[in-house]
Amino acid sequence: MAYRSSVDIHTEWDIVAARQLGRNEAKKVGFGTVDQARITTAISELARNIYLYAGAGKIEIERLNEDGLFGIAIIASDEGPGIPDVRKVMEDGYSTSGGLGAGMPGVKRLMDDFRVDTERGKGTKITAVKWLR
Amino acid sequence: MPQQTEKEYKEILRQYLEDQSEQNLYMGEAFSRKLIERDISPEEVISIHKSALKDVLPGLPSKVWHSFDFLIEMMIRYGLALKEHQSLVKRQEEMQLEMEVASKVQETLLKTKIPVVEGMDLGYVTVPSRTMSGDYIYFVGNDMDEAGVAVADVMGKGIPAALCMSMVKFGMDSVQHSSEGPSGVLSVINRIVEKSVNDSMFVTMMYGRYDAKSSTFSYASAGHEPALHYRASENRFVELDAKGLLLGVSPDARYEEGSVALERDDFIAIMTDGVTEARTPEGFVEKETILDIISSVKDRPAQEMAEHVFAELDRMQGFRLQDDFSLVILKKE
Repeated sequence: MAYRSSVDIHTEWDIVAARQLGRNEAKKVGFGTVDQARITTAISELARNIYLYAGAGKIEIERLNEDGLFGIAIIASDEGPGIPDVRKVMEDGYSTSGGLGAGMPGVKRLMDDFRVDTERGKGTKITAVKWLR
Repeated sequence: MPQQTEKEYKEILRQYLEDQSEQNLYMGEAFSRKLIERDISPEEVISIHKSALKDVLPGLPSKVWHSFDFLIEMMIRYGLALKEHQSLVKRQEEMQLEMEVASKVQETLLKTKIPVVEGMDLGYVTVPSRTMSGDYIYFVGNDMDEAGVAVADVMGKGIPAALCMSMVKFGMDSVQHSSEGPSGVLSVINRIVEKSVNDSMFVTMMYGRYDAKSSTFSYASAGHEPALHYRASENRFVELDAKGLLLGVSPDARYEEGSVALERDDFIAIMTDGVTEARTPEGFVEKETILDIISSVKDRPAQEMAEHVFAELDRMQGFRLQDDFSLVILKKE
C-alpha cells in the first residue's frame, strides 16, 4: 500500500516544508545522504516553479514499493497557465537555467523517471520518481 | 566499482594525512581525473570523502560530520551544472558534425565548371568565411561562342545564407538552357527568390554574358558590387554598373543591361563585397590597394590572378576572412 502525504505551496516558506517532508520520507525509504540531497533539490525546483509560475499548487510525496523495489515519487501539481512548449522547457540551456543546471532537465537528471502532463490554461502535473538501488 | 573507488580514495587520503607531501597531492590530482572518467559527481566525491574520513579519523565531533552533509547539499547544483555542460558540449559536437556534412552537400550543390570559350580565359576563387558560404558563382556555357557567369551574394552568413542561396542555384538551373539575356536572367531569379525567400533575406547578383563572335560582354546587376573592366590600351579600370533592385524585394523589379567591347588583354573582374570590403585591424582595405593588387598580376592567366588576389587579401586580413570571398576574372586573350 503506497503512502502519500502532501504540502500546499503558496509562499516561498512552503518550499521548505515540502523539502522537509520529502527528506523525511526519503530517509524512511532508506536513501543515503547524497540521494536525499538530490531528492530535496528536485522538490525545491518543482515547488519553486509552482510558486513562480502558477502561484499556488501542491507537492505530494509518495513512498513506492513495486515488486520489492522501493522508491519515492514527487508529484507536483498546479492549476496554473500550463507549459506552452514542453520540448523547449526540457532543453538544456533553456531560459532561466543558462548553464546553472537547474530547470526541468535538472530535475530529470536528479531523478530516475520523469513525466510531464500539462494543458494550456488548465495546469501542470509533474511526476518524478527515484528508485532505491 | 563504487566500493573500489572508495577504497582507493581512502588510501590516498590516509597517505596525505600522514605526511602532506606534494607527491600525495599529485596522486590526488591524478585520482580526480579517474573520478571524472568514472562519471562520479561532486556530491558523491564529498560523500566518499566523508565515509573515508570516518575510517581514518573516527573520533571527530558530530558537528564535523553534519558539515559534510551541508557540503553535499552545496554540491548538488554544481553536479547538475557539470552534467548540463557535458550535454551541451555533446550537442555542440553533433552540430559541428552536421555543419560539416551540410557544407559537403553545399559544395556538391555549388559545383560549377569553367566553360571553354574561344578567346576567353576564365578563372575564379570562392572561399566561405565560415563553414557554409553565402556566395555563389555559377558558369553557364552551351557552346564555344558564348559563356555566362553569375555571381551572387546573400546578405548574412552561415546556414540561413546557404539555404537562401540554394534558391538562386535552383533559379540558375532553370535559365541554363534558355536564350535569356542578362536582364532576363535576373528577372527570372528575382521572381523565384521573391516567392520563396523570407523578407529579411536579400540577395545581390550580377549576371554577365560574353559573346565571342562580337567580343562583347553584356551584364545586368541586382544591387551588386560593380564589376571592374580593365582596359589594356588605356591601362586603367572602368567600373561596370547597371541599375537594378536587390533580388527578392519586388516581383516586378526591372534590370538595366549594359555592354562593353573587350579588346585583347582586357579583363573583367566580378566580385562580392568580401573582396571590396576586406577589413584589416587598421580598417577597410583601400580600393586603390585592391586595384593595385589586381593590376600587379594582370599579365598572368585568369585563374592565377584570382588566386593571387585572394592570397594577398587573405594575408592582409590575418588569414581570417570577415566575409565570404568570391572573385571571377574573365580575360580576353
